[in-house]
Amino acid sequence: MQFSEYWLRQFVNPSLDADALGHALTMAGLEVEEQTFVAQPFNNVVVGEIISAEKHPDADRLQLCQVDVGEAEPLQIVCGAPNARVGLKAPCAKVGANLTDFKIKEAKVRGVKSFGMMCSAKELGLEEEADGLLEFPSDAVVGQDVREYLDLDDTLYTIKLTPNRADCLSILGIARDVMAITGAPIVLPQVTAANITTEQTHLVDVIEQEACPSYYGRVITGVNASASTPDWMIRAIERSGLRSISAIVDITNYVLLELGQPLHAFDLDKLNGKISVRFAKKGEQIKLLNDTEANLAEDDLVIADDSGPIALAGIMGGEPTSVNHQTTNIFLESAFFTPEVMAGKARRLGLSTDSSYRFERGVDYGNTKQAMERAAALILEICGGHAGSITEKVGRLPERKKVKLRYARIASVLGIQLSKDDVANILKQLGFSFDETEDGFVVQAPSYRFDIEREADLIEEVARLHGYDKIPAIAPVANVTMLPLPEAKRSLNWLKDSLLSKGYQEVITYSFVEESWERTLSDNQNPIMLKNPIASNLSVMRSSLWAGLLDVLTYNLNRKQERAMLFETGSTYHCNDNSYQETAKVAGLCYGTANPEQWSDAARDFDFYDMKAVVDTLTHQQATYKRDVHAALHPGQTARVYLNDIAIGWLGKLHPKYQQQYDLPKSTILFELNTELILQTKLASYTEVSKFLPVRRDIAIVVDETIEVQTIIDAVNAEKIPLLQKVQLFDIYQGKGIEEGKKSLAFLILMQDTNKTLIDSEAEAAIAKLLKLLENKFNAQLRN
Amino acid sequence: MANLDHLITEAQADFAACQTTTALEDAKAKYLGKTGAITEALKGLGRLSTEERPAAGAAINVVKKQVEAALNARRDALLDAAQAAQLASESLDVTLPARAQGQGGLHPVSLTLRRIEQLFHSIGFDVATGPEIETDFYNFTALNIPENHPARAMHDTFYVDDAHVLRTHTSPVQVHYMENALKENKTPPFKIIAPGRVYRVDSDATHSPMFHQVEGLWVDQAISFANLKGVVQDFLQKYFERDDIKVRFRPSFFPFTEPSAEMDMSWNDGWLEIGGCGMVHPEVFRHVNVDSEQYQGFAFGLGVERLAMLRYGVNDLRHFFNNDLRFLSQFSK
Repeated sequence: MQFSEYWLRQFVNPSLDADALGHALTMAGLEVEEQTFVAQPFNNVVVGEIISAEKHPDADRLQLCQVDVGEAEPLQIVCGAPNARVGLKAPCAKVGANLTDFKIKEAKVRGVKSFGMMCSAKELGLEEEADGLLEFPSDAVVGQDVREYLDLDDTLYTIKLTPNRADCLSILGIARDVMAITGAPIVLPQVTAANITTEQTHLVDVIEQEACPSYYGRVITGVNASASTPDWMIRAIERSGLRSISAIVDITNYVLLELGQPLHAFDLDKLNGKISVRFAKKGEQIKLLNDTEANLAEDDLVIADDSGPIALAGIMGGEPTSVNHQTTNIFLESAFFTPEVMAGKARRLGLSTDSSYRFERGVDYGNTKQAMERAAALILEICGGHAGSITEKVGRLPERKKVKLRYARIASVLGIQLSKDDVANILKQLGFSFDETEDGFVVQAPSYRFDIEREADLIEEVARLHGYDKIPAIAPVANVTMLPLPEAKRSLNWLKDSLLSKGYQEVITYSFVEESWERTLSDNQNPIMLKNPIASNLSVMRSSLWAGLLDVLTYNLNRKQERAMLFETGSTYHCNDNSYQETAKVAGLCYGTANPEQWSDAARDFDFYDMKAVVDTLTHQQATYKRDVHAALHPGQTARVYLNDIAIGWLGKLHPKYQQQYDLPKSTILFELNTELILQTKLASYTEVSKFLPVRRDIAIVVDETIEVQTIIDAVNAEKIPLLQKVQLFDIYQGKGIEEGKKSLAFLILMQDTNKTLIDSEAEAAIAKLLKLLENKFNAQLRN
Repeated sequence: MANLDHLITEAQADFAACQTTTALEDAKAKYLGKTGAITEALKGLGRLSTEERPAAGAAINVVKKQVEAALNARRDALLDAAQAAQLASESLDVTLPARAQGQGGLHPVSLTLRRIEQLFHSIGFDVATGPEIETDFYNFTALNIPENHPARAMHDTFYVDDAHVLRTHTSPVQVHYMENALKENKTPPFKIIAPGRVYRVDSDATHSPMFHQVEGLWVDQAISFANLKGVVQDFLQKYFERDDIKVRFRPSFFPFTEPSAEMDMSWNDGWLEIGGCGMVHPEVFRHVNVDSEQYQGFAFGLGVERLAMLRYGVNDLRHFFNNDLRFLSQFSK
């Protein structure tokens, strides 16, 4: 809502300067978003009248003017404006005047003395461009200061109104709040009922009384629709951000801004039969004032006549019945449409008007008739004409609830003690009616307040008027108990710290990604689409964190980074049977050389096993890996990761085709794990450490190269060979001395007896058993 | 018996001339070996009479001891020198860079969230979470924003389908938390923060379609609006490590709190908006079956990126989601 300080001060004039007033509004909850001056500072510019104009003796385009500025003698001024002429009243900057860019001095123009300057709107800083002197009407008072004449010492406020404060969508409403917070008295415009000078009326039938509890209509005949709107009114509505259109429209807009009551004027001669207020019928259409056609739904409230809908109630009038310069008879409407029936309707039709904005939030139903009288009086004054009597259709208006306000509750909710008198005073300032009770008040809000329905609403008003900034900051007093601390559940912070100690940098990417990547890289043929994405490449919810990591990688490679170790934690989104699930995941990416470029070791690129070490760390070395296939990964370098036999994620090298698509010079290794499943661990529980030392034997076996090491280790573990504690691979060899298609695997075997020191023969026996097993299961040969 | 004292000075000179332990062992043989001068002298004792033997033997032993002492001293000296040479040869340029993987780090938003969580945890706030694809009901209706309420227009909402949105704020977590507490027969005090991602259809230098909020909720029997100011002010002072930070409340409107306020923080002689807050609205309590006559409390929402920007002097919101490593690495120094 935008308005001018000048207009507001006509209603209420507290002894605060413009800044202090703006601050007071903000602190009262009417947040001033913008505060600007109507005009740049200038002085010594008055209304001047050109009383004679002669050609300059030495210049074709200049005139030598005598300008009456209300002083004893006219001023001689040389003027080059094309519209300078005798009888014109225009701004005259006198010698000594300070304009935005320069100062006026006595000057000689082509040999002729000039004592001032006639000004354009541009020279006064009022307009960006101007092509001549700013012309004043003939009734402008010669000699009057132009700032005063044009009300230029004015400030424009733009306030950001919250939806609950519909009552402040007018100058009157803001004035009431200023009165409440400053105590300055309010002066209301005097409205006298128009003299009825025509008998003409128009029939009105309000069919939907509940949606339209009150409707006032009045015929005004013989108006001059092409009368010009007075300057003061144009100024008021323009400074509120509206444009002047025609006298009748300007007047309805003026009353809308002044009193908050939307009005509509129909061209009476274009009406077909009586006015009815009803819901639209299926299939009805209306041609609106903004030259669009709207298809109406059965819950759209309309004003109709025999021809069908002629206005969208409370939203916009129809084009066929609108007033124009030829209009002579009008039917003026002032009505109350309930917020319940208005809610969402304008939006559904893709419209938002000053009228619908107010009706949706609540228009003062106690002022509907008054607004009609106000508008009628202005029309008669400006456009002339004859007013008919008002057709009134008033049903059951809303009633303001009586709300209890308990004194103790105020203290308890706000944490401050206010005296009963303080509270009573606040209620009085707000214009609320109330009765005192034993423990507080029973309060009834006025018709313009739609936001007072319960005690909390009143407590907020008490706090607001008392001043939020006067509420002290007080530390709460509370019973203290400790928070639970489940030890077997690791925290996300532990996980992040593990990754960063391994050199990984955390990134945060958008939860929405490009659809094609979701379909290919994540192999998700049923992605969750946004109905209104911010950009086409951010249109679906991610089911994997990899697309985001690869985007970050590309972004950084394009900025000359050559190496990256990235991770992200966050939700992935999945749709199953029309329900949405979110899974917390952690994903990592490494790219480039395994070490930063350095002096010591030969450079080598990250590979599968570098990333596997990271996954091992995050899974407390408990993960197992199985060869598997994933759409995003290299088919020969993909492992499904398991923890306690539950699949928890993936590890592998980015598929070369995606490496190519992302234009990555080197290969990228990725992992992604389910966070919840890896954070759940077991509480440590001590088992006795053996007093006896283990015995180590190393063996090397030759097996088929296709046999996976984990299968061998699993088979050994499953066999539970007595004394055998641990089998661990420490070397792998193919080449000279090993048959083609085979590989040599070297294992270290740890054996231990928990009761006594192991003797050689027992160890040999265990190894023999192991070798037998390997031979039977894997056709393994001991290598010599 | 010939005087053997000269052997001492001869041995000392021989030993001193030795530069290696091998040479020293050779030189030792000349005196103490099987045919060495001292060994030979000892063998000669047999030829002496029993009266002469003790004195002569003693005299040889004196010489022998002194020769042995010279030998040991020289041996030690040579070993010391060898060790010193070895150490010298093993000396490194300690200024060469380490054999390291590189430096990892947390995202500044994470750093900020972690700090916020730690501070609130220190006064007993637990962390709660909720879904990001939220039902219309939890994101709006349960927070007293019915369909067609003008407040819905204040949220530029991403829609997933007719009934689901990307949550526009972390406030729905309040509702989930209180609902779940009730299912488990838990009654207030409820004291949680709910950090997380939120979404609005808005993107420019000061708006990101995704950003982070931290919701706070404290419900008990006598938690007041003044307490809300107290907790927020305490938090900001501790977060910024500045005792002079003040909090200013301005009246505002959120359908799920009443009274509602915008929170401003004093900063460089002015005021900066840092979030919204208020007392939990009775209608929200009604949705989760908490008796608003018995319990009351506050809720607030803080913008995490805003706090991070102020704390670290970041001047553009977009840095957080570009993930430029040159930007991110500055937060792990």
